[in-house]
Amino acid sequence: MIPEGSLLAAHDLRKTYGSTPALDGASFSVHPGEVVAVMGPSGSGKSTLLHCLAGIITPDSGTITYAGRELSAMSDAERSALRRSDFGFVFQFGQLVPELTCVENVALPLRLNGVRRRAAERTALEWMERLEVDDLGTKRPGEVSGGQGQRVAVARALAGSPKVIFADEPTGALDSLNGERVMQLLTEAARSANVAVVLVTHEARVAAYSDRDVTVRDGRARDMEHAV
Amino acid sequence: MSIGHTLLGLLESGPRHGYDLKRTFDEKFGQDRPLHYGQVYSTMSRLLKNGLVEVDGVESEGGPERKRYAITDAGITDVSHWLAQPEKPEPYLQSTLYTKVVLALLTGRSAADLLDTQRSAHLRMMRVLTDRKRQGDLADQLICDHALFHLEADLRWLELTSARLDQLAKVVAP
Ligand SMILES: Nc1ncnc2c1ncn2[C@@H]1O[C@H](COP(=O)(O)OP(=O)(O)OP(=O)(O)O)[C@@H](O)[C@H]1O
Ligand SMILES: [Mg+2]
Repeated sequence: MIPEGSLLAAHDLRKTYGSTPALDGASFSVHPGEVVAVMGPSGSGKSTLLHCLAGIITPDSGTITYAGRELSAMSDAERSALRRSDFGFVFQFGQLVPELTCVENVALPLRLNGVRRRAAERTALEWMERLEVDDLGTKRPGEVSGGQGQRVAVARALAGSPKVIFADEPTGALDSLNGERVMQLLTEAARSANVAVVLVTHEARVAAYSDRDVTVRDGRARDMEHAV
Repeated sequence: MSIGHTLLGLLESGPRHGYDLKRTFDEKFGQDRPLHYGQVYSTMSRLLKNGLVEVDGVESEGGPERKRYAITDAGITDVSHWLAQPEKPEPYLQSTLYTKVVLALLTGRSAADLLDTQRSAHLRMMRVLTDRKRQGDLADQLICDHALFHLEADLRWLELTSARLDQLAKVVAP
């Protein structure tokens, strides 16, 4: 059931909200360092799949295995700890803490994992440099542009040295030039650090930065690599 | 676009005379370029020779002989292969894709799967171009971007069609 060599694998996930089936037998897997684009129509279950994979919501049935461990067998506390240590997140917007400066935001995952302030901010600045936003360190999220804010968010997702980054429409609020730049920086950084990326997007130009694509339709995922 | 496959696909929904095939083709796909009778008959004799159709009956009420053609099992397999095989992504393929979608609907195959497969073929091509763009100089980038925008326009059409399949099914296969 678990594809060989995969880092994160889900099998036959089902999730229903009231009478709405959001996932209806979805399976999915990603290898270490692999960038997988998840595409499909609005309401087909992409975000639900991503939230299940990341342990943010629990499916009604089905299995999710991360690095040989069954997610549903973990306690809530264990799952939260796993999210902090091994996962990074980038969403469309609204993910940075408005009260903190950009560098404090990027350093946050490290601080939550017990790294001391000076060391955390030094690492944070290195990531901000790679994402070309190191000059924004002392600004707050409200004082930077949308594209800059997304780069800060990507730097934050990478700063905690995750094994998997979950990105739900990370370029959704950006124009195509900025969106592509963010994708280029995200995928280059992820590949060089061997971080897997689960990328939900409806934009083909964004999905073209992936290694492989999966289509979600009516709560079911189809691996397009083996489709023909 | 492959006229042979299109006529075969039309035959899959039932045996027809050559005249009937031409009329149905023109009605569904031939708005700007109707078929000549000669094309229909030369295509049919090729399909006969290859065992993809067979003559199902001959009528000759008064006038000349009229053959009725039926698709064979080999013909059905041939249509399946053609529909399942994505087209090479390139600008201006809409008419072939549209034909495939309509035939899938007419013959009860999954048009949604066909569109997904095509989208993935487009995406693979876009990945190659994106990679080239990433490694290239400004000229490479601009050339690749031009191709990428065209492919993206195709993809929008695929999305739109995929969202309207139920509607289209009612129109083409009532
Ligand atoms: N918290 C929720 N409560 C109730 N229904 C929900 C909830 N979250 C999702 N749904 C429903 O589940 C289905 C799948 O939603 P999901 O958000 O996964 O879709 P999506 O593919 O991400 O769509 P989009 O592209 O619009 O973001 C939809 O019908 C949605 O209305
Ligand atoms: Mg969503």
